[in-house]
Amino acid sequence: MSAVLEERAAVSSANAGNLIVKVRDMNVFYGAFHAVGDVAFDVPKNQITALIGPSGCGKSTVLRCINRMNDLVPTARVEGTIDYHGIDINGPGVDPVEVRRRIGMVFQKPNPFPKSIAENIIWGAKINGFKGNTDELVERCLRQAALWDEVNDKLHESGLALSGGQQQRLCIARTLAINPDVILMDEPCSALDPISTLRIEDLMRELQRHYTIVIVTHNMQQAARVSDQTVFFSLGENRMGILVEAAPTKQLFTNPNDQRTEDYITGRFG
Amino acid sequence: MSLRTALGPSSIGLARVDEPSNLAARNTKGSIVRTILFLATAFAILALGALIWDTASSGARWLSLDLLTNTASRKPELAGLRPALFGTLWVIGLTAVFAFPVGVGAAVYLEEYAPNNRWTRLLKTNIANLAGVPSVVYGLLGLGVFVSIMSMGRTVVSGALTMSLLILPVIIIASQEAIRAVPSSLRDAAFALGGTRWQVARDHILPAAMPGILTGIILSISRAIGETAPLLVVGAAAYVTFNPSGITSKYTVLPVQIYEWARRPQQDFQDLAAAAIIVLLVLLLLLNATAIYFRQRFSKQVKW
Repeated sequence: MSAVLEERAAVSSANAGNLIVKVRDMNVFYGAFHAVGDVAFDVPKNQITALIGPSGCGKSTVLRCINRMNDLVPTARVEGTIDYHGIDINGPGVDPVEVRRRIGMVFQKPNPFPKSIAENIIWGAKINGFKGNTDELVERCLRQAALWDEVNDKLHESGLALSGGQQQRLCIARTLAINPDVILMDEPCSALDPISTLRIEDLMRELQRHYTIVIVTHNMQQAARVSDQTVFFSLGENRMGILVEAAPTKQLFTNPNDQRTEDYITGRFG
Repeated sequence: MSLRTALGPSSIGLARVDEPSNLAARNTKGSIVRTILFLATAFAILALGALIWDTASSGARWLSLDLLTNTASRKPELAGLRPALFGTLWVIGLTAVFAFPVGVGAAVYLEEYAPNNRWTRLLKTNIANLAGVPSVVYGLLGLGVFVSIMSMGRTVVSGALTMSLLILPVIIIASQEAIRAVPSSLRDAAFALGGTRWQVARDHILPAAMPGILTGIILSISRAIGETAPLLVVGAAAYVTFNPSGITSKYTVLPVQIYEWARRPQQDFQDLAAAAIIVLLVLLLLLNATAIYFRQRFSKQVKW
């Protein structure tokens, strides 16, 4: 456990303040429908960036573009550049499989594989060429996801036999197994009870020391509790999602620049 | 005690609803429909039962080990099914080897790889149509292509290839349905970990779809065992005294043997045909049971 984490910690402190992902001029179309228009924001390394906004304003769409998951939707078309370590990962010639190896994702409804807990964690590592000790990998990832103590005696039972909060932590452990740079989380707590939610928020703050996290949430209090930077989306003309404001969390919640942001966070709409 | 009497009439929306007369009529209608559905089921079971009873009573006295070990003969007492049984096993075995990989592979391609455009939709529609083509047409196709043009002759391999074409559409459609039924959350999770299309299909989609795929295979094999017309056309022989020696030998199969015996005027051969039908049914049951056993084992590997 120590070697990998030491290396990441060293990298984190060396890169403090770096921007790891830069989105520019992003427009997303589903067929003829212009779903997201002219989005641009930065994701700082080793910080938690929250994307907030009312339902249907394109937050999840934007998130899914960052790891090329929208490639799986036949009618989706993504324009613009997504700069990751100097390479435009939305450009031609970039293999989405390689992108997803470095930018992982946790989904809204926990979706562990219908296999054992250990196999859930091992599969991602194996297909990406891992040849080391799988027992050690499983223990390390479950410890990082704060799940080891609860499941270490039933690693060969089905992942689906766990509770909702445990399943979500298993999905996080599974993502950690491939050692990504960035972890995208699409409303990871919206299907969970409040106690599990707080546990996962604690986990996020733990993980941010070694990974960069981008989280979509419709829960403003969660964004305020957990994130370092917040990006506020809203609905423009013709139900197109637009980016209204991006700022450090404290500033956005106490002193927003845009009136629409103020209206949303004070609950006047949304 | 009727609720209406105890509690008074109720209303829906703003109108008083007159429950009692309405309720009695609805119940009666329900009873009538239930009786009709029961009679339909009973009729189907009785018809099947009558068929089996008729066959069994004619053929029962001919059931013996000799029936299974003798070869064809002009004398009913000496006639047997051995060449036909072996022929069926050879042909069905070879059919399975050709049809399963091609059928399941085509389904995986159509569902996981093919782009969602007009050509793919055309392809899928055509496959659905092929499932409805009469089986004798496949026999004619096999005769023209495998027996003549490719000069494979009237051999086991020609018969097996013809039967493969026959059951391919059913396998493809059943496999497609099974693959489509796998929840997209499973695909999302696997792709998000950096899996390629094949890795996701091999390790997650196919195992989850396996019970459905195996059901399609069971159904199509059951159909293939009983098909007579295409094999008659493509050259299953009528009077065969030997077991098939390989995939390039001449052969006969059970349904064809039944047909040949049933054509003969002697009553004894008619009863022999009935006995052979019983053997065919038992073979069908055994193969289905084996396939269902494998389907159960596959279901257990996926820990829903």
